[in-house]
Amino acid sequence: MTTQAIRAEQPLLSVQDLKIRIQMDNGEMRAVDGVDFEIKKGKTLGLVGESGCGKSLTSRAIISINPKECETSGTIIYRSEEEQTREELNLLSLDPNSKKIRSIRGRKIAMIFQEPMTAFSPMYTIGNQIMEAILIHRTKNKKEAKKIALEMLGKVGISDQEKRFDQYPHEFSGGMRQRAMISMALSCNPELLIADEPTTALDVTIQAQVLELMRSLQAEFGMAILLVTHDLGIIAQMCDEVAVMYLGKIVEQAPVKELFYNPKHPYTKGLLKSMPRLGGDKSKRLDSIEGSVPMPINMPPMCGFYERCSDRIEGVCNARSVPKTHISDDHMVRCFLYSDSREGDSI
Amino acid sequence: MKKPILNVKNLNKDFQVKSKKTFFGKPSSVRVLSDISFELDEGETLSIVGESGSGKTTLGRCIVKGVSASSGDVVYHSESGESVDFLKLKGKGAKKFRKDIQMIFQDPYSSLSPRMSVYDIISEPLVANFKLNKSEIDAKVTDIAEKTGLNASYLKRYPHAFSGGQRQRIAIARALITQPRLIVCDEAVSALDVSIQAQIINLLKDLQEQYRITYIFISHDLSIVQNISDRVAVMHLGRIVEQASTDSLFGSPKHPYTEALMSAVPQPDPEQKKSRIILEGEVPNPANPPSGCHFHPRCAYRTDKCVQESPALREVGDRHYVACHYAEELNLKGVHDDAVNIS
Repeated sequence: MTTQAIRAEQPLLSVQDLKIRIQMDNGEMRAVDGVDFEIKKGKTLGLVGESGCGKSLTSRAIISINPKECETSGTIIYRSEEEQTREELNLLSLDPNSKKIRSIRGRKIAMIFQEPMTAFSPMYTIGNQIMEAILIHRTKNKKEAKKIALEMLGKVGISDQEKRFDQYPHEFSGGMRQRAMISMALSCNPELLIADEPTTALDVTIQAQVLELMRSLQAEFGMAILLVTHDLGIIAQMCDEVAVMYLGKIVEQAPVKELFYNPKHPYTKGLLKSMPRLGGDKSKRLDSIEGSVPMPINMPPMCGFYERCSDRIEGVCNARSVPKTHISDDHMVRCFLYSDSREGDSI
Repeated sequence: MKKPILNVKNLNKDFQVKSKKTFFGKPSSVRVLSDISFELDEGETLSIVGESGSGKTTLGRCIVKGVSASSGDVVYHSESGESVDFLKLKGKGAKKFRKDIQMIFQDPYSSLSPRMSVYDIISEPLVANFKLNKSEIDAKVTDIAEKTGLNASYLKRYPHAFSGGQRQRIAIARALITQPRLIVCDEAVSALDVSIQAQIINLLKDLQEQYRITYIFISHDLSIVQNISDRVAVMHLGRIVEQASTDSLFGSPKHPYTEALMSAVPQPDPEQKKSRIILEGEVPNPANPPSGCHFHPRCAYRTDKCVQESPALREVGDRHYVACHYAEELNLKGVHDDAVNIS
């Protein structure tokens, strides 16, 4: 096998044992606690979980934009496709202000945020802000940058680009702003797009437009997407693979069909059942997961879902931390119900 | 026996907006609610759905008199059989009926005062509406806390110590304590996580069964609406474009807008990557609405008639109202009972 063939099989991004700790007044919060996943070229990985499960911190750690208070450890290996930089790069080992990471951030790995209103500066025109990224990464020629920016605005379905280019963010509607945001993120043709709740602030009709846009742009540019969301509906429609996060850990990871039709972890099952769905039986009560998400402060080594789990095994689930169990090649679950050993994970 | 509790007739609401051109220019008005009429029976749940800017929140606020409507009637039928026009009441006359209608807001982080303890928050409506002594208030607060799933020993705490789901329970307890007959829930579960959402929806349903409460449930989430409501009104740009029983609306929608809304909801089923109807463009500006049918710029079925003539709301089936010229001719797709069951 040639080296190229081996490279082609390697994932674009591998996250290994990512831990993010935050020192609080009342102890250490393990916001992200040993997360591993891989993103393959041109594929979409969904990261799903409730608020506070650490999914946003995880996605932000990739481009080192978390606040200073976050103590981050682990490795994030990024394998660039470009000819001259054929090395594997550990993004976490880089200084967040270094030139190296700044040449990747926004260029190779771009991000779109949930709130397009706060992500844009109100003081500059939309065109100016899209051009900024292009001027930093792609060209020093302002005329050319403007041409690229206008072309990108057209690609995301904004008509009348010339006029829109000189408008300020407040003159754009929510959906239009999110489109502009996407055009900015894609203006440097990234290999990986991190989308953190890209449509949560939008109406369903506009959400459908934006998701469709992301899908068609992915087909055109071939970038990989890390989609962070709490909405299982969006996951089902958009992703190839899904990782379910709970309390800083990935509790289940599988290809999208496997996860929806053959969920294993009690939390995944609970989430799927508690979602009201169109066409579902109306007279039936929704199955809800009792209790609420605890704060991961000074947690003893045990399953984080123990208190809310209906299948918990006393003396096992609350005594040790839960190891990973691989049900099949690509289906991982972190639950003692499927573990042969019942031995704790070595931490 | 069906007993009406609320009749809304020809409700209009205009907002004054400053003229953009000159500072001293005459303000112009924008019609955000236009000719809204519906009936509400005791013990049922009417959902109001629509995109942002469709006027659903303003409608809810007009009903609780949070904002005053420009014209129209909101006739409330009280328990003792009195029928009063809620909008024309002032001062003490209104106060008498205020306790019967309560509201739950979307964001439990901004709707509870951070300076009041949970006990004070829950008991405030009691103090304002009834003359009760301390032990009576105490008994009622503990009772309602228990019913809404709040731990009575936490009542002396302040809202910051509670999670989103707990806060929404506090908001529900506060709305329930006056034993209202009608509760307007404005996006009451939208800010909550999926697993907590289900808890709150179940709680609302249980309380309805127990006390025969009537809900007006304002939401943009059609999956929840289908689960909770008896009837649904779909709003678009300040008008009700379709109104029907839940089964009828979801089974056979008659308005293209309703069809598009339902089709846009992403379903948690990877096999169901169905051909979705994706609406072009955005919600038009209510200050400058399109001619004819307000939906025509985004409608796939539009004809010249739609551009010129505004369709009136008319009855096409048993209590199924729709405002579309071609309601009978279009064969629109609803939602079918083919959702997969997860073991």
